[in-house]
Amino acid sequence: MNQSRFFTILMLVPALLMVVGLFIIPLLSSIESAFAVDDQYGFDHFIKATELYGTDIVFTVGIVSLSAVIIALMSITIAGILTLSGNRRLVALLAAIYRWPLFIPFIVAAQCMRTFLAKNGLMNNALMSADLITPLQAVSFLDWSGIVFTFVWKQTAFATLMIAGAMAAMDRSQIQAAANLGAGRVRTLFQIILPQITGTVGVALILSIVTMLSVLSVPLMLGTGTPTMMTADMAFRISSYGDYGVANALGFISWMMTAVLAWYYLKHSLRNENGAGGQHA
Amino acid sequence: MITATINNSPSHRSLWLSKLQIKGITSVVLQALLILLMALLIFGPLLNLLLWAVTEIWYFPHKLPVTYGLKYWQQVFGPHSDAMSSLATSVMIALTTVVVCLLVSVPAGYALARRSLPARAFVMLLFLMPQAFPNLAVYINVARLFYELDLNGTVVGVVLVHAVHGMVFSVWITVAAFSSVDEDLEKAARNLGASPLRTFFTITLPQALPGVLAGCIFVFLESLDEFTGTFFVGAPDVITLPMLLYNASMEGNYQIASITALILLVPSILFMLIVDKFMKPETLSKIGK
Repeated sequence: MNQSRFFTILMLVPALLMVVGLFIIPLLSSIESAFAVDDQYGFDHFIKATELYGTDIVFTVGIVSLSAVIIALMSITIAGILTLSGNRRLVALLAAIYRWPLFIPFIVAAQCMRTFLAKNGLMNNALMSADLITPLQAVSFLDWSGIVFTFVWKQTAFATLMIAGAMAAMDRSQIQAAANLGAGRVRTLFQIILPQITGTVGVALILSIVTMLSVLSVPLMLGTGTPTMMTADMAFRISSYGDYGVANALGFISWMMTAVLAWYYLKHSLRNENGAGGQHA
Repeated sequence: MITATINNSPSHRSLWLSKLQIKGITSVVLQALLILLMALLIFGPLLNLLLWAVTEIWYFPHKLPVTYGLKYWQQVFGPHSDAMSSLATSVMIALTTVVVCLLVSVPAGYALARRSLPARAFVMLLFLMPQAFPNLAVYINVARLFYELDLNGTVVGVVLVHAVHGMVFSVWITVAAFSSVDEDLEKAARNLGASPLRTFFTITLPQALPGVLAGCIFVFLESLDEFTGTFFVGAPDVITLPMLLYNASMEGNYQIASITALILLVPSILFMLIVDKFMKPETLSKIGK
């Protein structure tokens, strides 16, 4: 028994070493560097970070929140249609379309948007050709709106996949019962299905938010002006000044943003485990 | 069933049905319009990319390219082009990353799936963490660490960074794959005298192979598409395809950037079609349990 446990731990060691050496240690060193001022600890880097990049921090929160709201609305709508639409052909078509961005790297998405959303990009050209806007009304979306568009474009596919999965795993008989009792599809979606999968919706959004706070290529390639996202500031701080203190302070702030969300994630997964245990009992 | 019992008068019933039909038609039209709008928004940017890839000259205010041609393709696929050497670098890094991930994840996945560990949930969470954190600051400090170890700007450094990020897929999917293997078959093999290693390679691994391969595909794609880590750890010496794309795009060379982007898309879309059966939402919902 002891020997078997020894082997189990031995099998885990290489993988654990990699995570500890290349994730945990750099993470701790980042936190240390964020608070280290000369030979002691203090908040100097945080003060400098908020003075220099306060607007960008607020801007980042705004972009990520707005994107998350739109991703939630769109993925619930798409997953709802996939689950409840009676029209099989439409469902097959939608299923074939929605997941494309899932497989497209952020850097490719950013390059697509750099051309598509530009003032003389394909979107404005198409709108002009359709007489929906005049050439004078054409504006460039290569700013916050382009970043939001790209995040929504890329992450809606991911969120939809998770949410549609949760809906597919639900007991169909409840949906049937609601329909038999005369509930419309919208009502079934919001009153029967959604309350049962709030956990999955939450987790899909948290993972999307973490992704949005990590992506560097999109703000670098689309957010050409100021304000910009914190990720771009961190890269700038390193490449132009070698200023690890302020960059790590900004990193710490973005972790605090996700810490709140991670707390929710853990709470949800624990509740889920308890729930599963209850069902067995 | 309920409608039949409530609406028993014939005239009432036909009126009710036609209202239902109208509602049904409106709903289908609405859904179709929504899908059309989505298709335009999803494929529009990709179409723009395709256009730039076959453009030789395109300037404002022309709505479409002025001259089409494959001049830039010859440049990209030329014998001494940067793109070809970047492609080779990218594929080599991605394949090495897959091997590294396999070497550490298969034993770890098997251990986590088969044997009761005291802190199993914690260990699983540990492997998830590199994906559950905004990891830019981590990359910055990995780069600082690698600088001291002379790993900055080396392929080994980039592989290690990609591998840690890919391990969440390889470990979690491998655990799911090994969990689904029937333990009775292993016991039977052991009873018949097979050694633990032989049992693992002839009984357990073949059954878990589809899952392990799916994990490999994710690791490969993750590495191929990775930008941020390479930006800090590899640049300027290790130029992968995403780095080349970024440099070309920032220099305003949209043709080269778009062709590079298309090269990056090929494996992604190929795998999308191949892994379709692994990507069923129902299967995905089992991962991590």
